[in-house]
Amino acid sequence: MSMSLTELWTILGCGIITLASRVLPFAFVKQVTMPDWLINFLTFVPITIMTALCCQSLFVANPGHLATLNVANCLAAIPATIAGIFTKSLLMVVVVGIMAMAVLRYFSIG
Amino acid sequence: MGPSLTFKTGVRDVLPTVFGYIGVGLAFGIVAHTSHLSLLVVAGMSFIVYAGSAQFIITSMLLLHDPLSGIFISTFLVNSRMILMSTSLAQYFRHESLVKNLLIGSLVTDETFALAMNKQNRTQGKLSFAWQSAANLIAYLVWGVATIVGAILGGMITNPNQFGFDFALTAMFIGLVYLQLISDRHLGLSLQLMVMIFVAIVYYFMIGLMSQNFALLVATVAGCLFGMEMKKCR
Repeated sequence: MSMSLTELWTILGCGIITLASRVLPFAFVKQVTMPDWLINFLTFVPITIMTALCCQSLFVANPGHLATLNVANCLAAIPATIAGIFTKSLLMVVVVGIMAMAVLRYFSIG
Repeated sequence: MGPSLTFKTGVRDVLPTVFGYIGVGLAFGIVAHTSHLSLLVVAGMSFIVYAGSAQFIITSMLLLHDPLSGIFISTFLVNSRMILMSTSLAQYFRHESLVKNLLIGSLVTDETFALAMNKQNRTQGKLSFAWQSAANLIAYLVWGVATIVGAILGGMITNPNQFGFDFALTAMFIGLVYLQLISDRHLGLSLQLMVMIFVAIVYYFMIGLMSQNFALLVATVAGCLFGMEMKKCR
């Protein structure tokens, strides 16, 4: 049971940033009407940020050169995606993904 | 899921989603343990930061000794979608007091937001403070406890990567992006698919030129602008 000063600042800083992201819009919406272009822009944030986060795991950065694929992650993503299509359950995607990765590691693939 | 909006109904409605929290929460606890975070740090992250996917990113950045400023910027970027979710959800609580609005806002997550949007389809666009608070509180407690249990279990599993636990985060994003793709009727499937391909291409070319976090920001903003243009063309 210990916590370094860096860890403490990380938790407090990230806690305040996250809380502000959640709470300030509630205070804002109660007072102000947002411009249409901003609402329009924001509707694309979920799909774009989640896609970019997936790409972060599926591509390997090679600074100065083109990126390559993370083969193991790309292979495990296939059964995980299929599980999502059939079950529409976040839990099943995670469980099938972990199991697929375990199998890949067992056979040293990727 | 019926039209009732009491605290008790909120508890019942949120139960199916807690399995998602338990799975990802356990995975986070195990990853945090193998990244040498103490139980106190795990508890602090889950109960004070309470940011799901961002907690995995914070953990890996702590492990890499990244600067605090980088961790803060990444946390803001990963959580910036909360600004959108809170902005949408807040429309349903404008008639409530400011304090109640702030209380609801402080515990909004991807899942409780999605649940609330699902619920208001069955209540003629109404949500209540009691119902939303029940969903928020159950989700918060289950997440915190699951991550701590995961961290304790992590001590018994020597090499979690062997069991594929490191893939949990990627799998969670794949699941979230898929559920977003099929459930956002406002944007529709084809427009979202085009935006996804555009984001992937931009990200692919940007990571050779800049850090992954900046590439993520550039691809996200470019994807939103591209989406706005494509929507105009339809």
